[in-house]
Amino acid sequence: MDLTIQHFIALAPLLITSLTIVVVMLAIAWRRNHSQTFLLSVGGLNLALLSIYPALKVAPLVVTPLLQIDSFACLYMALILASTLACVTMAHAYLGDGKAGYPGNREELYLLILLAAAGGLVLVSAQHLAGLFIGLELLSVPVYGLVAYAFFNKRSLEAGIKYMVLSAAGSAFLLFGMALLYAEAGTLSFAGIGKVLEATGLPSPIASLGLGMMLVGLAFKLSLVPFHLWTPDVYEGAPAPVAAFLATASKVAVFAVLVRLFQISPVASSGILHDVLAVIAVASIIVGNLLALTQNNLKRLLGYSSIAHFGYLMIALVASKGMAVEAIGVYLVTYVLTSLGSFGVITMMSSPYNGRDADAMFEYRGLFWRRPYLTAVMTLMMLSLAGIPLTAGFIGKFYIIATGVESQLWWLIGSLIIGSAIGVFYYLRVMVTLYLADTKLPRHDAQFNWAQRTGGVMLLAIAILAFVLGVYPQPLLNLVQHAGLMG
Amino acid sequence: MILPWLILIPFIGGLLCWQGERFSATMPRWIALLTMSLELALGLWLWSTGNYSYAPAPGVDPTWAIEFKHLWIERFGISVHLALDGLSLLMILLTGLLGVLSVLCSWKEIQRNVGFFHLNLMWILGGVIGVFLAIDLFMFFFFWEMMLVPMYFLIALWGHSSADGKKTRIYAATKFFIFTQASGLIMLVAILGLVLVNFNQTGVITFDYATLLKTQLAPGTEYILMLGFFIAFAVKLPVVPFHSWLPDAHAQAPTAGSVDLAGILLKTAAYGLLRFALPLFPNASAEFAPIAMVLGLIGIFYGAFLAFAQTDIKRLIAFSSVSHMGFVLIGIYSGSQQALQGVVIQMIAHGLSAAALFILSGQLYERLHTRDMREMGGLWSRIAYLPAISLFFAAASLGLPGTGNFVGEFLILLGAFVATPWITAIATSGLVFGSVYSLIMIHRAYFGPAKSDEPLKGMDGREMIMVLGLAVLLVVLGVYPQPFLDTSAATMHGVQQWLGTAFTQLASAR
Repeated sequence: MDLTIQHFIALAPLLITSLTIVVVMLAIAWRRNHSQTFLLSVGGLNLALLSIYPALKVAPLVVTPLLQIDSFACLYMALILASTLACVTMAHAYLGDGKAGYPGNREELYLLILLAAAGGLVLVSAQHLAGLFIGLELLSVPVYGLVAYAFFNKRSLEAGIKYMVLSAAGSAFLLFGMALLYAEAGTLSFAGIGKVLEATGLPSPIASLGLGMMLVGLAFKLSLVPFHLWTPDVYEGAPAPVAAFLATASKVAVFAVLVRLFQISPVASSGILHDVLAVIAVASIIVGNLLALTQNNLKRLLGYSSIAHFGYLMIALVASKGMAVEAIGVYLVTYVLTSLGSFGVITMMSSPYNGRDADAMFEYRGLFWRRPYLTAVMTLMMLSLAGIPLTAGFIGKFYIIATGVESQLWWLIGSLIIGSAIGVFYYLRVMVTLYLADTKLPRHDAQFNWAQRTGGVMLLAIAILAFVLGVYPQPLLNLVQHAGLMG
Repeated sequence: MILPWLILIPFIGGLLCWQGERFSATMPRWIALLTMSLELALGLWLWSTGNYSYAPAPGVDPTWAIEFKHLWIERFGISVHLALDGLSLLMILLTGLLGVLSVLCSWKEIQRNVGFFHLNLMWILGGVIGVFLAIDLFMFFFFWEMMLVPMYFLIALWGHSSADGKKTRIYAATKFFIFTQASGLIMLVAILGLVLVNFNQTGVITFDYATLLKTQLAPGTEYILMLGFFIAFAVKLPVVPFHSWLPDAHAQAPTAGSVDLAGILLKTAAYGLLRFALPLFPNASAEFAPIAMVLGLIGIFYGAFLAFAQTDIKRLIAFSSVSHMGFVLIGIYSGSQQALQGVVIQMIAHGLSAAALFILSGQLYERLHTRDMREMGGLWSRIAYLPAISLFFAAASLGLPGTGNFVGEFLILLGAFVATPWITAIATSGLVFGSVYSLIMIHRAYFGPAKSDEPLKGMDGREMIMVLGLAVLLVVLGVYPQPFLDTSAATMHGVQQWLGTAFTQLASAR
């Protein structure tokens, strides 16, 4: 096929991100400078973000058999680029400048994050199993490096190796699943697979097995129960900005491709797989919330809570009709905002890098009396994770419940209610810790001028957005409503 | 435009209180007092100028004394739809009054983080007023859940842990939050169910009360949706199997928290039943009425017995609330105009008397630093005035003629007797137990041998004005309840028609 200028415009976000990677790499080779690398990355990401607008004008457009740029892809591209931008900004504060801060080379972190973001962009527009696999690997491989970036810290290194081994196992499952599916369908494109499977009614045992194995691979990346075991350790070991990236951009991209696969070939989620998805959803909600209950480490707690949140999202995936796609979009946006906010607070507390992150609960005790505005941000984020009105999280939860009621998935709704009741307990525990009487233990603290730095400004912007969307969500709903597949 | 301001004033006042702490420690108190006085004054002004013969009734589009509507979330047809009728006005007056009192009663008690305390207090009251005004179901739920957060902070940060250290204030606050939040989500599911049924019939997504009232529901669906609403309200009211958060939350909360909980938050549940559960699901409610009344009956006796067994004076008052709310539940589901009017009076009277008892026990706590009645005794001779005033409110609480509580309980029992003589007869005997626990409280705390002869500080002007003001209001309510009855008459007539029609249909079907 011929590539016209239209195709290049449609691909612009991906192309600009890739170009930024090359430029950043050359710049590091030419002169090591933290601020320069940071500015180049931020500039590139911003340009990529802006280029989504012209891309939207030419959408929907099929670019090579692998990718399809439609408004659905554009929404998730924007989400991935924005969260990458936030993570990069956090990383700048985290690595520190001058002598204080991270002792090793700081610049490569940006390179790796940009690479992973490019993988995410491929993933959300993939309409072909090959595209899916390329995107997924491009997303995952740099993350191994990112998780182990503070490699002289034992936990970080351990987390990196653990993630690499398990992720490779997940990819192997995915590949095997694809092979089985190809053996059955004889095509790798989502639409083609859908058509072939539809012709036979329910998917055949081999196709079901193939899809099931693919699901294992993807569920691993999304840390759904029972493939969640790596999550708390990796979240704990990874540097805070990287953990934020793992929780947001990486998961959003994988979930988006899952949605596209099941929407384009709906048969793929029928039959026994439908029940499997429902069981995974219930298990993720209950197990994730229960395990979070006793955590005293904030990063582990957020890890478990993200398991539960993807369980809630699975409800919409199981429903898969009506306003499900819209609900997923809204929920992911609110979830990304909230996760970035809470990891942002941890990052601010741990900046500049100082051996280990401030992730123990006791370090947050009485934070309100020392850093009131940072605490206000954290409170808002916890309430948003719990889905209380006046925060963005409530709108997301409202959508999920509405979708569940619409599709009459009573069991799933029931587990959501139980899950959120359990969830409230540990979110409140974090929240109230912030306000308890101060102790005089040695501790990390955010720098006094945290709010004047780029990371702090970004964090405040996220908090304000989370509040505004909770009070007046209409603009977000308009945006997501127009971001349908193929539209 | 006055209705949104009624909600916004406490929210803005709360923010001012928070920032006012920068200037001086008493600044937040004065701002809060001013805010709630303004709220009360606006309420009184509305009462004197409005026409409260408008209220929603079956068969016609609801009419309101004042209405405000503004589009909010277009996607779901959600609007900021506020409306005022006699019932909501009375509840707002109660909120304003108890708001003023809860600011006054924390004047000395709260010394830490005064600004943040008043922020939370004001936001609770703002949320409660939102609940009383919202007639868009999404908005109602929004406020219903929102007011939990400041209440949680109030209990968790300024509460008292129990003396043996077993039940901390954070435990109590978390329990309160989880109970109400989980039950609230069940209500949200029911609301969405109702909205989707309406959507399937008309093709319009809306959360508007007036439109949803016209929804045709299949009997089974109606019953299940009604249960979703009932569970949420039953937890808040509280109805007996769902009550266990209440004594903990009350006992551990600071005085202002207890006043707001008992005085207003419990009333949001009764209000919710009257405004939403009965009119939206009249047939299912009529079918469910015997069960609800039996639950009310259990609540009356269970609350009374447990109140009698308490040693903590605030837990005693908390269990007495369970007992009183049993009467309210019976009144609501009796379907008679008299009983429904009694419910309104009972709600106001209980709000006043429970608030007064909590304020008095807060004053005792400030003097004795204990709420344990075993360590009291013989206080009659040691404190001037306070015991006598307590005796008055205890008598009011047991329903002494001449106080508002008597009017409320009498009307409820009188109205309910026609339809359900047996349940009413049994409920009446609950009044006896009411006297037992009220008097035993007075006896244990104020009579008997004194623990020491040292006189305690008497009541100062602020403390005196609060409780005497409440006492006067209770007597007014008991002697001349007509203005209150007139104000709520139209609303209660509407509710009665909904339920009454359903009862006749049910009777003819059997």
